[in-house]
Amino acid sequence: MEDVVSPAQSLSKIKHIILVLSGKGGVGKSSVTTQTALTLCNMGLKVGVLDVDLTGPSLPRMFGLENRSIMQSREGWLPVSVKVPVSCKGSLSVVSLGFLLDDRGNSVVWRGPKKTAMIKQFITDVAWGELDYLIIDTPPGTSDEHISLAEQLRWCKPDGAIIVTTPQNVAVADVKKEINFCRKVELNILGIVENMSGFICPHCAECTNIFSSGGGKRLADQFSVPYLGNIPIDPRFVEMVENQGASKPSLAELYKDSSLFEIFQLILRKVLDQNHPPRV
Amino acid sequence: MGLVLGNVENSGMPPEYELEHPKAEHCPGPESENAGKGDACNGCANQSVCESLPKGPDPDIPAIVENLSNIKHKVLVLSGKGGVGKSTFTTMLSWALSADEDLQVGAMDLDICGPSLPHMLGCVNDVVHESNAGWTPVYVADNLATMSIQFMLPEDDSAVIWRGTKKNALIKKFLKDVNWDYLDYLIIDTPPGTSDEHITINKYMKDSGIDGALVVTTPQEVALLDVRKEIDFCRKAGIKVLGLVENMSGFVCPGCKGQSQIFKPTTGGGKGLCAELGIKFLGSVPLDPRIGKCCDNGESFLDAYPDSPASEAVLQVVESLRDAVGDL
Repeated sequence: MEDVVSPAQSLSKIKHIILVLSGKGGVGKSSVTTQTALTLCNMGLKVGVLDVDLTGPSLPRMFGLENRSIMQSREGWLPVSVKVPVSCKGSLSVVSLGFLLDDRGNSVVWRGPKKTAMIKQFITDVAWGELDYLIIDTPPGTSDEHISLAEQLRWCKPDGAIIVTTPQNVAVADVKKEINFCRKVELNILGIVENMSGFICPHCAECTNIFSSGGGKRLADQFSVPYLGNIPIDPRFVEMVENQGASKPSLAELYKDSSLFEIFQLILRKVLDQNHPPRV
Repeated sequence: MGLVLGNVENSGMPPEYELEHPKAEHCPGPESENAGKGDACNGCANQSVCESLPKGPDPDIPAIVENLSNIKHKVLVLSGKGGVGKSTFTTMLSWALSADEDLQVGAMDLDICGPSLPHMLGCVNDVVHESNAGWTPVYVADNLATMSIQFMLPEDDSAVIWRGTKKNALIKKFLKDVNWDYLDYLIIDTPPGTSDEHITINKYMKDSGIDGALVVTTPQEVALLDVRKEIDFCRKAGIKVLGLVENMSGFVCPGCKGQSQIFKPTTGGGKGLCAELGIKFLGSVPLDPRIGKCCDNGESFLDAYPDSPASEAVLQVVESLRDAVGDL
């Protein structure tokens, strides 16, 4: 394996890099990534989002960009930009393998080496331009994609990783493995978010802990990492994702008015207060 | 003393050759007679590795066929998406089938980086033993055996930081050297995605015959999107799709009995997808918070709450599945 000793040129104007990780699938890595990006963007920051889930890319769907594609320029691949409200000073752009597929139902049946090569291209060949934050969404597990990312980012001084879990023990057990992975590759952990923590019944406003509760907090205590907060299940987020569109209000606008925005501001406040110095 | 991972790495792992670079376009394949000699091979970074590989079919495949020859039905549980309930469903399926004392059931966990079956079957602390007959799986009941990497980890929460090649070698070992004995059903739980584990299981089991795949999804489009890819994979790999189950569809509030759709089927849900792709729809299983609790405690949900609508739905799916593999 060739050594990556200096950070890629493509990342040279990016101030902060954050990874979103979880050992478990379907805990909401992509929705946490999406919401982190939306929140930072609504704070007036320039945000880029990189989707390294190659066999199951969800971000194009999340940002309503399913028919878009990546353009090539002299500087490299141009990320797809997301519409933001006029009043918002921030910007939002996305890169995902989903943009390179002909048909949304096509499967990407790749073994490790091919995935590794793709990730390397994503890190080195994208012309992100100036960004305040680059958020990297990952697939579940601790395998090829994660090892490759760790190798590529080794010298890039990322701020660290936000770890996502759901409350039940079975999920926490997998997430523990991910934390041990971070320790092994010396990736800083910014904190743990507990997603799908309770569902508020729209009929009677009673909160049911569908996937039990408290797993994230216990995990944070056990590994002495910061606990960033919990996010309830809110079917309205999915509605928002479905309701965005060219002629309709942008996702960033819809999101600003939702109750989740407040929750996420609190979560990200805890991350931003850690005051990681900008990389550049 | 059972096996721990240290041993697995040092002894008895079948040789696997790693291509360090992605394959070239029009690659004849590292197993082909022309490996390293084709037009596409000129300039490919893998050329020298490919040329020196042993040619022809993998000599271990006959051994795998032999080892699996006493297994009547082999069913894969698949989903492109993570966290939709593949392991939960594998577990419930295993409990449901093994409730019939005449059936011998095995559950194999192919999720190397995030094994969940041992937690859900309540046998996390068990270990695998090695004898001259091979690796003995862990028996949860007289007629229910299971195998997972979790049984070999030095610590409960050790991370398995492996690239694909190493995972493939372990999967091969699971197929070739686990002494399942006679089984009516082998249910194989898989990780999300369409990558190494999936390609490998298909490659090694093709000759012993896979009955088909049970595809699990949740109702929202973000999940269906990935599940479509998995079905596309099944088609490419020639795996028959036995049917699709929609999990987590609908939730009944225990307080007011009001129904809500937590993961909204905005595009028709699992049923719509089945109609679109011409797949059999096996049923929908509603969310029940007690399912998660039972999985956390390693208990059988079907035994603990036989009256739950979820239990009834699962049993119905099991019936249709047995029907689909021609067992009833």
